[in-house]
Amino acid sequence: MSIEAKHKFKPKIVAFCCNWCSYAGADLAGSSRLGYPADVKIIRVPCSCRVNPMFILRAFEKGADGVILCGCHPGDCHYSTGNYYARRRMTLLFSMLDFLGVENGRTRVEWVSAAEGVKFSTTMNEFVEKVASLGENVRLGDLRCRN
Amino acid sequence: MSRVQRIGVFVCHCGSNIAATVDVAKVAEMALLEPGVVHAEEYQYMCSEAGQAKIAEAVKDKGLTGIVVCSCSPRMHETTFRNAAERAGLNPFMVEIANIREHCSWIHKDKTEATKKAVILARAAIAKVNLNAPLKEGESRVTKRALVIGGGIAGIQTALDIAEAGYPVDIVEKTPSIGGRMSQLDKTFPTLDCSACILTPKMVEASAHENIRIHTYSEVEQVSGFVGDFTVDIRKKARSVNMEKCTGCGVCSEKCPAKRNASEFNRGLNNRSAIYTPFAQAIPNVPVIDRENCIKFKTGKCGICAKVCQAGAVDYEQKDEIITEKYGAIVAATGFDTIKLDDFDEYAYSQSKDVITSLELERVMNAAGPTGGHLERLSDGKEPKNIVFIQCVGSRDVTCRGKGYCSKICCMYTAKHAMLIRDKYPDVNVAVFYIDVRTPGKNFDEFYRRAAEEYGVNYVKGQVGKVAPQPDGSLLVQGVDLLDNKQIRTKADMVVLATAIEPEAGVRKIATMLTASIDNNNFLTEAHPKLRPVESPTAGVFLSGVCQGPKDIPETVAQAGAAAVKAIGLLAKDKLLTNPCTAKADELLCNGCSACENVCPYGAITYESREVNDHGIREVRRIAAVNNALCQGCGACTVTCPSGAMDLQGFSNRQIIAEVDAICR
Amino acid sequence: MSYGKSQAEQIREISGVNPHKCMKCGKCSASCPSFNEMDIKPHQFVSYVLNDDAEALVNSKSLWKCLSCFACIERCPRDVKPGKLIDGARQTVVRQRGADYLMPEEIPEHLDPKLPQQLLVSAFRRYRR
Repeated sequence: MSIEAKHKFKPKIVAFCCNWCSYAGADLAGSSRLGYPADVKIIRVPCSCRVNPMFILRAFEKGADGVILCGCHPGDCHYSTGNYYARRRMTLLFSMLDFLGVENGRTRVEWVSAAEGVKFSTTMNEFVEKVASLGENVRLGDLRCRN
Repeated sequence: MSRVQRIGVFVCHCGSNIAATVDVAKVAEMALLEPGVVHAEEYQYMCSEAGQAKIAEAVKDKGLTGIVVCSCSPRMHETTFRNAAERAGLNPFMVEIANIREHCSWIHKDKTEATKKAVILARAAIAKVNLNAPLKEGESRVTKRALVIGGGIAGIQTALDIAEAGYPVDIVEKTPSIGGRMSQLDKTFPTLDCSACILTPKMVEASAHENIRIHTYSEVEQVSGFVGDFTVDIRKKARSVNMEKCTGCGVCSEKCPAKRNASEFNRGLNNRSAIYTPFAQAIPNVPVIDRENCIKFKTGKCGICAKVCQAGAVDYEQKDEIITEKYGAIVAATGFDTIKLDDFDEYAYSQSKDVITSLELERVMNAAGPTGGHLERLSDGKEPKNIVFIQCVGSRDVTCRGKGYCSKICCMYTAKHAMLIRDKYPDVNVAVFYIDVRTPGKNFDEFYRRAAEEYGVNYVKGQVGKVAPQPDGSLLVQGVDLLDNKQIRTKADMVVLATAIEPEAGVRKIATMLTASIDNNNFLTEAHPKLRPVESPTAGVFLSGVCQGPKDIPETVAQAGAAAVKAIGLLAKDKLLTNPCTAKADELLCNGCSACENVCPYGAITYESREVNDHGIREVRRIAAVNNALCQGCGACTVTCPSGAMDLQGFSNRQIIAEVDAICR
Repeated sequence: MSYGKSQAEQIREISGVNPHKCMKCGKCSASCPSFNEMDIKPHQFVSYVLNDDAEALVNSKSLWKCLSCFACIERCPRDVKPGKLIDGARQTVVRQRGADYLMPEEIPEHLDPKLPQQLLVSAFRRYRR
């Protein structure tokens, strides 16, 4: 069920989805008409390992309130090892971000397969709810970009 | 290198799929305000010929250098629009898609919200295409040989079709003979053909075909490479029998003293010897020694089979052999098995020998089976007078006990069993307890009605709650008749369970090796459930038979042919166009550290000495070189690179950052 | 507890059952030991609740013939739990009659050494709400 109506604060969420599993899972959520808030915008990448920590930092800098990375389940990566690199990188990055004041709840890694439309929409609903409860992200923000 | 673009934005209505929840005119209007955009329009169906013509027209009239299409998922029509752009004279990689259907109009109910989001997604795509550079697809070779994993009817049919087209095919089958489940059946619906009679000619044809090589008692061990150029390691397990010398006389099995091994072919209903061929029509007709149960291998004593073998074919020293082959296409045809009934104790399957699964009944009724084709109770050999069939055992069951899907074949095969029994033994009473009778194929409903009307099979709408073995050896069956609203307690001599089917064990391992998608029920996923049912999303891997979803023999044969055609389409090409979105190292930034080389899953990166002109300084440096034929464009190297020299064409750092900026704006 | 809700709604809420999940297979009725004593059969419980006909259900003999053996719940392939529906219906009746309070202090006088432990636990489960 969409929780769009329940929130006054609408967080900006950037979702990086790998082309092979999670983007297809998102498409399946769409075909199955499983709603999640419009605050989530998806950027397609070939693999979760393409996501450079710089992109995530940039997102927070430019005003994102939450960033989520979606990839294939461990063992199922289309490029065989990509998601393992992504997992390690993000563990380190999110722990660093938490230390810097960008709380753990604002970042997330989720493995979604192409058959898991329901999981995708449930994950997005939960994530938006969590980020909304944390409020607006004020850390790392580049004030020059705020309007 | 950035260049000044002239971008055209095309917003699709997709009928009402997008237009109902997204104000497409507004999206086009807002797109026109973005930097680089010189043209924006909306249309009902951009993917149609008229829609594509609009793109061509705009490219010509406005001198467009790049286009953005706001429509359905790129997984649907990216290729369509790339082709349209190419026909209009534009480089096909100057096209970006904003997914405003699956990721927007279909999931958001509020039109204002959805439109705002669609505008943002369009902005991101525009920001990206502003930084696109024309790309050219590379070429890779195609090994003109196919691999079929699984030697059942699906694998055999696919192999025959590929071989007939003139391409060499290898079949790898893990059991000692090809034939699969169909070889275990007695008669097939709806024609009541003898299964072996229609299967064995195909088996023979496959073994005799000059283009087909069969590896039985073999398994795929490792797969590397990609479409057109797979390298596969196949483990040929040691049969302990020399295939060249064996004449198939069968004396070894006869004389083998180790006779107490459950016969897999007969589903454990009778025994086989340690050296055995699974069934009489096995291909190849060469026995195999089950080393775990062979007296010679367990204790060192015996060796009778070697002594009696006139051809001297028994070879206890034989080792597993690993062969490596190259293939252009791989077809998965791994088949199915019935589920375990450990969680279905209410049916007393483990308590009584007279409660059997339908596959076990096939073996009982088959003339080459454990009872010689005589229908008898497995407990005491007496002829049953009352038989109850229970449908949907483990199928359509969403609890943790069973499978949520319908196994598709059971309603038909139960009608077949019931009909055959009533035909051969007219004094036997047969009742079928069902939830629904599903008979969707050609002549299928007529077939089931014959069973009910002509052969007097008693169809009872309602399930069975319990089967209780009685002291006198009979079975008490308690079920319900929903239409009469009565609970039925009936005495049966035999109960047959139409057990759910699931993909063959070991399919997960194969799916991982092929990096082929697999779903939660272990069925291999197809690229698109309606339009691409025989291809895996992984290029070069095709699906044939029940491994993709429950189906009967006519459908399996049809799908096998379809998979073969797809494989042939691939093998017929002399070269494949490779993904141009490959990695590229900036030679001025690369410091030769090898970090990228180590993370590449394809070994696509090597280092070379190259002369570099760095702002006037000429020197030879160690620079990363990417092999465009091997690079699959995952991007792992780009993030690992400490100097930021490695970037991915088509998904460059600047492009992704531009998308992030556009979204967060 | 809201009396504004229909009784069927109440039953649904108390039992936590989604009656739409039923595929009318009859496994529950086939497993029920009290089938022959009942006027409304287990496989019909769901239809009555779906059609909002809780009245017929609560006035039936079935309500009290159900043994709470949970065989129907164990074996239902769709996780519909018809036994819980009947339990829920019983609850609404008991609550209506006002006899839904069993205070802990009252228990010792009701205790009978022959009373099975399970009955006490069962009673607590039902009457504590």
